[in-house]
Amino acid sequence: MKLIFEKSQSGRRASSLPKPDVPAGEIPAHLRRAAPPRLPELAEPEVLRHFTELATRTFGIDTGFYPLGSCTMKHNPRVNERVAGLPGFRDLHPHQEEEASQGALELMWRLQEILAEVAGLPAVSLQPAAGSQGELTGLMLMRAYFADRGESHRDTIITADTAHGTNPASVTMAGFNLKKVETDARGNLDLEHLRTLVDANTAGLMLTNPSTLGLFDENIVEVATIFHDAGALLYYDGANLNAVCGISRPGDMGFDIVHYNLHKTFSQPHGGGGPGGGPVAVRGAIEPFLPVPAVVRDGDAFRLDYDRPKTIGKVRGFCGPFGVFVRAYAFIRAYGPGLKEMSETAVLNANYLLARLKDVYELPYDRHCMHEFVLSARGLKREYGVTALDVAKRLMDHNFHPPTIYFPLVVAEALMIEPTETEAKETLDAFVEAMREIAREAAEQPELLKDAPHNRTVRRLDEVKAAKRAVVTYGFEAHPSLDEEQAGSRELEVRQGA
Amino acid sequence: MLEAIGVSSIEELFEQVPESVRLGRPLDLEPALSEPELVAHLEELAARNVHVGAELSFLGAGMYDHYVPAIVDAVLQRGEFLTAYTPYQPEMSQGLLQAIFEYQTVICELTGMDVSNASGYDGTTVAADACYVARHVTGRSKVVVAEALNPQVRQVVKTYAPGFGLEVVEVPHRGGATDPDEVRSAAEGSACVIFQQPNFFGVLEDAPALAAAANDAGALPVAHVDPISLGVLEAPGNYGCALAIGEGQGAGNYLSYGGPHYGFLAARREYVRRLPGRIIGETTDLGGQRAFVLTLQTREQHIRREKATSNMTTNQTLLALAGLVHLSWLGPQGLRELGETCLALAEHAKRRLQGAGLQLLFPEQATFKEFAVRAGRSGREAVRQARERGVHPGYALGRDYAGLDDALLVALTEKRTPHDIERLVEALTA
Repeated sequence: MKLIFEKSQSGRRASSLPKPDVPAGEIPAHLRRAAPPRLPELAEPEVLRHFTELATRTFGIDTGFYPLGSCTMKHNPRVNERVAGLPGFRDLHPHQEEEASQGALELMWRLQEILAEVAGLPAVSLQPAAGSQGELTGLMLMRAYFADRGESHRDTIITADTAHGTNPASVTMAGFNLKKVETDARGNLDLEHLRTLVDANTAGLMLTNPSTLGLFDENIVEVATIFHDAGALLYYDGANLNAVCGISRPGDMGFDIVHYNLHKTFSQPHGGGGPGGGPVAVRGAIEPFLPVPAVVRDGDAFRLDYDRPKTIGKVRGFCGPFGVFVRAYAFIRAYGPGLKEMSETAVLNANYLLARLKDVYELPYDRHCMHEFVLSARGLKREYGVTALDVAKRLMDHNFHPPTIYFPLVVAEALMIEPTETEAKETLDAFVEAMREIAREAAEQPELLKDAPHNRTVRRLDEVKAAKRAVVTYGFEAHPSLDEEQAGSRELEVRQGA
Repeated sequence: MLEAIGVSSIEELFEQVPESVRLGRPLDLEPALSEPELVAHLEELAARNVHVGAELSFLGAGMYDHYVPAIVDAVLQRGEFLTAYTPYQPEMSQGLLQAIFEYQTVICELTGMDVSNASGYDGTTVAADACYVARHVTGRSKVVVAEALNPQVRQVVKTYAPGFGLEVVEVPHRGGATDPDEVRSAAEGSACVIFQQPNFFGVLEDAPALAAAANDAGALPVAHVDPISLGVLEAPGNYGCALAIGEGQGAGNYLSYGGPHYGFLAARREYVRRLPGRIIGETTDLGGQRAFVLTLQTREQHIRREKATSNMTTNQTLLALAGLVHLSWLGPQGLRELGETCLALAEHAKRRLQGAGLQLLFPEQATFKEFAVRAGRSGREAVRQARERGVHPGYALGRDYAGLDDALLVALTEKRTPHDIERLVEALTA
């Protein structure tokens, strides 16, 4: 389909704007825009049809099953959109006086209290904009905490080899060095290897638990002891918190700092890539370093507290993504203590899929899983030359969004599947049938998988050509032609998901 | 289902969780609410906020009460956009990918830059991103920020700087504007210079001179700009900037007490492989048909891990889409008109306030849609008194700038009228 710019007709417009009866203002000539930006020129029906057509070429949870591992693609209750759109929230200016923002402040305070209870840690800052920013904030907190104790020599963070890429990237951005601990045969951290890595320069561990393999680390108490005995801290990546709400709390596992993903566990819609929310919770000893402002309660009133001399500062504007807080708060209030059943259902659904698929796809760690699990297509690759990518693309023909693939890195040809608590048994069964049929096809008609998908708006893409051309905007009359020789790699095995 | 799994209860599935770390009691949370009860509870909380529809507001200072057209709501309520995630599987996501490609194009058109990412968290974090780019491009370990740059942006840059190995230097404002000569000397040995146009006081900086001063010193000039101004103000790419960043809220997003919104980050082509965040590129499918895909992913954390240009995964796509829809609704003519209207209303408000005996804080400076006025008493007191008359007169600058305790920052959008301005004058002079 055409780009919106290719539909543009000079002089057409959708907007109508007020024209107040006041004299025009002046701008110094050398600061005034010489040539207008080439924005689209269309009437409103054309704009609406354009975006409606784009929507129909997009797959969301509303469209169908979306088992993208580690992304927790659960149903987004529409009542949360309704309440986030209440004018008292939607149209509230962030510089409004505190006495005129009491409802917003109370909502944030209440959400902090809830998150503290879920994590088993006393102090919460809602400010970080996403999980990855929560991670970075957590590492900044570690740095500030150790500097305050005169232990700035602690310059190293340990992450698991199953960690999300964000963990090592955050470590670098926070100015720490990185060490990686291996995974043992049961899918837990390799304790022996871990002991060789932890020393006087260790600042902390970053861990997802359950891990990206969907497995709860059975030695978590011992892991925590190793770090705490060395004077180091433990950071909990909350990407997989949907497995353990009301069942086990990171604070009780021994973690000192936690981030939540409000867009995963607590159903902020993913929005095609965002927004998210990445609050952090910490132990009392780390609270003085949290970002400002803190939202605090004084008797019956709520206020913003900037008087935190040891704070790391601000990691984003204002108090954080407030609209995300409204949705997450509403989501949690609809469950109450029933959050535990939410996690139980998510774990049940994942184990059901696992049980029904493990005879046709390899299961690298043969245990019950938590909320997600990782299968491998390496058998199909070895026998029939069919890859995880081919399986993923063929799933599209069944109108399922593929799982996360090629991640975690420790599993070859990985297919990482997270059904969430949203899905009914019939949907899970249909997915099982599709996956089993694809495994049969791999043996009988592998070319069917190699050429998949067959019924989407486009066929497989030439990703190498995209990177080579690096055409990332429309060039109008100077737009480069697409007709050059195709670079033509079909097997760009990069992680897709999580 | 339990039978298929081979267990007799859900509890068995949790045997891998050691007994000692299990909660063993219900979460101490209030009981579940039904949907009608939930709405009533949230309505009660929302009613305790005084929003911009409930009092006449001249608040700005980085967040603006611009009109959000109805078509933005219509598009954002499409479930496909709302409930999709990052388009890792392009065959399932061509519509979303094309929308982001169009967003990148619109941002480049506004800013005069060659490349844009798919969005950053907000107008503060994109400044930290710009510092990271500049640090790697120049190898220098100092960044310069104008004191007239939004205080929250400066605070976020300072929070990120130690991890990046960067020192942050501030150049003070002189009578509301930044002096290019001071920038030139501060920029020596610096990775970048970040200034804002219009600056936090609403003042129009001599932006081309500031960019030239940074370039003279081999530092990357970074302009923090208001998208709504770019129909009337020159694009940073046309006066020598290396990067253009900004807060997108005014284009398509509701105030929402400060978020979620989007930040934009655009650059000259030579920096494309240094940019953080998602980038969408144009390619073909195996049938030769045009298609769009996440590209240049070797910059990103999921490929490069600790060597990535950023840790960012989740961004602000839905809010950026709102920006694209708003700007498509405006078109070039609408955007220019919108800018002229804000400018004219602000000039009118300045004249009316001066006519009523109030003094402008920086009377010599040209401004766009926002300006600072002396309230004749503490700014906070002026706000309190005006609010008793149903008018929020603006942001008290004393919150951020020592010595400006009596000043208010007053913002005008197309939603304000000449009659509203009379009420402002009355509220500030009563």
